[in-house]
Amino acid sequence: MDKQKSRWSTLQTDIRVGMFLAKRELKRASRYTTGLIIFVMLLTFLNLVVVGGILIGLIEGSVEADRKYSSGDILVSPFLNKSYIEHTPEVVATAKTVPGFHAIAVRYTGSARVESNYRSTVKPGTLRDGAGASLLGIDPGTESNFSGIEQFVVEGSFIGPTDTDSVVVGKNLLYKYVPIEAPGFQTLKDVAIGSKIKVTVGGETSKEYYVKGVISSKVDTFDSSVIMVDSEARALVGRRDFNANQVAIQLKEGTDPNVAKAMLLDAGIGDYARIQTHEEAMPKFLKDIQATFAILGNAISSIGLVVAAITIFIVIFVNAITRRRFIGILKGIGISPRAIAVSYIIQSIFYALAGSAIGIAVVFGLLKPFFVANPIDFPFSDGILVATIPGTLLRTGILLIATIVAGYIPARIVIKQNTLSAILGR
Amino acid sequence: MIEVKNLYKTFKSGDVEIHAVEDVSFSVPSGQFVSITGKSGSGKSTLLYQLGLLDMPTGGQVFIDGVESVGLDENNRTLMRLNALGYIFQDYAILPTLTAIENVMVPLLMQGMSENDAREKSALALARVGLGDRINNLPSELSGGQQQRVSIARAIGHNPKVLFADEPTANLDSDTSHTVLDTFLELNREGQTIIMVTHEPEYAALTHRIITLGDGKLINDQLNS
Repeated sequence: MDKQKSRWSTLQTDIRVGMFLAKRELKRASRYTTGLIIFVMLLTFLNLVVVGGILIGLIEGSVEADRKYSSGDILVSPFLNKSYIEHTPEVVATAKTVPGFHAIAVRYTGSARVESNYRSTVKPGTLRDGAGASLLGIDPGTESNFSGIEQFVVEGSFIGPTDTDSVVVGKNLLYKYVPIEAPGFQTLKDVAIGSKIKVTVGGETSKEYYVKGVISSKVDTFDSSVIMVDSEARALVGRRDFNANQVAIQLKEGTDPNVAKAMLLDAGIGDYARIQTHEEAMPKFLKDIQATFAILGNAISSIGLVVAAITIFIVIFVNAITRRRFIGILKGIGISPRAIAVSYIIQSIFYALAGSAIGIAVVFGLLKPFFVANPIDFPFSDGILVATIPGTLLRTGILLIATIVAGYIPARIVIKQNTLSAILGR
Repeated sequence: MIEVKNLYKTFKSGDVEIHAVEDVSFSVPSGQFVSITGKSGSGKSTLLYQLGLLDMPTGGQVFIDGVESVGLDENNRTLMRLNALGYIFQDYAILPTLTAIENVMVPLLMQGMSENDAREKSALALARVGLGDRINNLPSELSGGQQQRVSIARAIGHNPKVLFADEPTANLDSDTSHTVLDTFLELNREGQTIIMVTHEPEYAALTHRIITLGDGKLINDQLNS
């Protein structure tokens, strides 16, 4: 017990003396050198947090856009062996009573083909100017409340509830926006606002519509669709009831979707359709991309971490080598090697903490708000910077540990040298 | 206080062995002021380093206050240096990033003393060597003599049993050297055991006893009248 107490007291003394020495070393060190080391640590921290954060943010931007504009927090969809949601009006009425309910979108979907030059004659063997599309029937009013879909109109204007003769076309259907020419991949050429296009569903039912607007949202549900009012979509797919293909429920910020899902299940909605939270409904490929980008981000960050560790190693090694005599004198007058090592570890911790603290301020005070206001414009998403506080603290901790190890090893190497040789500079 | 028995320190240069200290034996009672003299390269400083546990002898024994020190492990040697021994080096060996008072404080803190107590005791030690008004100066702001006095204050601050001085006046002018010697004599009058390496016969003559080395061997050991 006494031996343990004595060990503890010796450790305390070593830490106290180490701090005493480190504090003064840092205080009287060259400000330029200290600033440079902290700058390197700041860059390392940003490399650790920002590179991975942006890579994840590319996908996260896409996932978040899908949640916000398309699938909502809870997605109700038909069972795999059904083509529509049974008792949709009952589902909608119940959905509006879940805790934290904010908005709802009821959508009718299907496959369609759109053609633009259907009135002209084409040579035998030549394809007509058309494209495969998703059919999306919506109630413009509720859809607007849900996704604010009209904000994505890049040409013309959005359809209103009475626009039964007009559609809005997703940009992926237009050659102007997706100028890809490949066998089997067709887009509509020469389509402008006011042009007429023919929408065919199931190879049988066709109807002509004016193009009222073009939409570009980076949400595939909209960008690859021909969007029309729900009554028109029901007529085209031959539905005489109000059973829809998709009911997306948006909850208020901070509401747990699992609670709302449980309530829907308790109300028996699970008997009519599949109920999934956004995370559950997320396509597997998106989850895979998310995981891959996270691995890539971590791999790049790890390289940054190794570079930081080597930097600190070199800095402390050079510092310890140039202060070899200083270390020798300390040992000569009876200062324990552990106290000397502690002084170098504390210096390393100071560099890492200073770099990380500035890094945290830069990430959360500057970069994150900047990327929210100015997302990176990628073709498939608006990239944001994903940096959570727990994730950032974890990376700070990893950086700190790497720095401590990188600071301790060179200090230990120099401390282990012969005391007299160090004092005499031999 | 100190007993040296058949002490050897041998260096190897290729196949050649050089005996820097060879079969040296003597003892120093408590309170004695001893000077070790000899020509350059005679092994004076090497002997001092073995006595002061800064180096490991090749053979023989060194007893400090009854404790055989050669067999101690590095931790215990460090502890003994901290608690029982004080050093004054020819080139002062004070720490450049610490002020005068902080240089004196470090060993006291290592002994477990609180920062306030260490500061108080260090200020007294510095006042005693005439540096009471320079305690917050960095070494670069002090003259050579003042730096050597900081070194003395650091060496005596923790009340060592033996004070070792390796040519403490070698880099000082005559007046400053006399001041340093006066300080040693005063400390010795108060009972401090001092072992000083010097090549100045004038200063050796002021000590109780002169040990003379030649080619690493003890060739003369005489008490001063």
